[in-house]
Amino acid sequence: MSVLTPRRLVAVLSALAVALVAVAMASLAIGPVPVAPADVVDALLGDAQGATADIVLRVRLPRVVLAALVGASLGVAGALFQALLRNPLADPFILGVSGGAALAGIAMLTLGGAVGLGYAAVPPAAFAGAVGTVVLLLAVAGPTGKLSPTTLLLTGVVFNAFASAAIVFLASTAGLADGASIFLWLIGNLSDARFDVAGWVALFLVLGLASALPLARGLNLLALGEEPAAQLGVDVERTKRVLLVSTSLMVGAAVSVSGLIGFVGLIIPHLLRLRLGPDHRLLLPAAALSGAGFLLVCDTVARTLLAGRELPVGAITALAGGPLFLWLLRRHHQRVFVS
Amino acid sequence: MSGHDAGSVLRFEDVQVALGGRPVLQGITLALQPGEVMVLAGRNGAGKTTLLRVATGVLEPDAGTAHACRAGEPERPLSQFSRRELARHVALVPQETSIPFPFRLLEVVLMGRAPHLGLLGFETRHDVALAQAALERLGIGALADRTVLEVSGGERQLAMVARALAQETPVLLLDEPTSNLDVGRRLEVLERVRALAAEGRAVLVVSHDLGLAARFADRIALLSEGRVHAVGAPDEVLRPDLLREVFGVDTEILRTAEGAPVVVPRR
Repeated sequence: MSVLTPRRLVAVLSALAVALVAVAMASLAIGPVPVAPADVVDALLGDAQGATADIVLRVRLPRVVLAALVGASLGVAGALFQALLRNPLADPFILGVSGGAALAGIAMLTLGGAVGLGYAAVPPAAFAGAVGTVVLLLAVAGPTGKLSPTTLLLTGVVFNAFASAAIVFLASTAGLADGASIFLWLIGNLSDARFDVAGWVALFLVLGLASALPLARGLNLLALGEEPAAQLGVDVERTKRVLLVSTSLMVGAAVSVSGLIGFVGLIIPHLLRLRLGPDHRLLLPAAALSGAGFLLVCDTVARTLLAGRELPVGAITALAGGPLFLWLLRRHHQRVFVS
Repeated sequence: MSGHDAGSVLRFEDVQVALGGRPVLQGITLALQPGEVMVLAGRNGAGKTTLLRVATGVLEPDAGTAHACRAGEPERPLSQFSRRELARHVALVPQETSIPFPFRLLEVVLMGRAPHLGLLGFETRHDVALAQAALERLGIGALADRTVLEVSGGERQLAMVARALAQETPVLLLDEPTSNLDVGRRLEVLERVRALAAEGRAVLVVSHDLGLAARFADRIALLSEGRVHAVGAPDEVLRPDLLREVFGVDTEILRTAEGAPVVVPRR
């Protein structure tokens, strides 16, 4: 492994992009009605008509796009939280940021109607929930801004338990239909895939990456500590402010359309660091591409594993991610936990 | 300004700092000359680390001023430097560094090049060669590809010194750089520090090891309760009466065969 050069950056990212396109093509082809790869290409190029084109373009494509965007957002958000909190266990799900977003979103879904706010108010509420949770976390961390892995995990566990309980409470006060959609939110699913929804996720993903990539080398320096980073010329406060807001927005957007999908933000950056090293100039875009690919694979499994029935994608990421993470912990114990 | 202060690269003028309501620095006046090694000694809590933080600009004095002077420019207060400008003038090696991600030592040393690179710039071959040379200079060139999580605490400390070297600053601040090192490595590091000073850098070292300080320092500053109690050549400062006032311990000053003072506590 050599020092990061523009050439290596382009090579690795190109390889990941090619892999992502391959996974997306496969996902468009796989389903209850199999479509031949050539027909998928035809449909995408607008050369196909009829049922095949409808299946590829109207049924599967929005979902594939949304899965890729949500996966990318969660992957990048995980890597950013880990860098900002200087903690390799940070992840929107574990931190409770996703939980906070879900709680606020569901509160809006169930209570918003009473004050004249409709479904359109759910995504902004989820953003607010994500930002609010981050503010709460920083308040717990105190003026030093230091969160030990233990504090981090405990705060996340407690906050997630609280959020789940509050969500169940809201669910039981709401009608049955809302109750079912709340269950899907809690597990995380992508069945409500539409292009307009995907557009919002894309917007915040682009904003998040655009704000994070110029600061990527500063994030590397932040690994030395906040004060050492400042002594190397990094504007630490500005970096933290900008990135906490943009990360919360990415998480809020992802959660508002897909619910609580766990493990993507934790596992993807971990695997990438083992393979590519921790340089954020490479890690952040690689986490976007790999997170997209990972969630796409999980969602394809989720909608095809059981014939005639769909599983929520969050169940697949947890089933795959849980054991994978334990294996990572065991195999790379020293690398994951730093005293 | 006294004659000795002229041409200093870093100068504290009546610097006062309170942390959490407790006065830590109560009027430090001290100037660092290019080419000199100054050792900062004193009891725990005397304000040594705080003074180094002031010198890097991350901590602004409540009263008084810290000044820096770049070659060919008039002296300016640190508050008038941008963060990056300051990072090209002063480098600090902190007492301890914990790095949560598996960066390799070469990458850590390259971080020292950050103040010299553009916002999106990648490290050039020159930067990499410089970083590798810094590692070699500290005797850990062979560890360049090991990650910070794999090496020992002492090796990590050496890498942090190498990182500060790669920063290529006229002023180098070292906060107990030898605390995790065995006696051989300790000597090596201090010999490197001497060599750096010989190249014209100014080095300020916090150390509890008065014996080594006596051998390697041009001047020793004794800090006591946030003030400079005494400053001067090792022979002038390492006196039983001054050491008693600063550390509250009776000492005997012995001489090595070469005449270097050795401080032996007696209580």
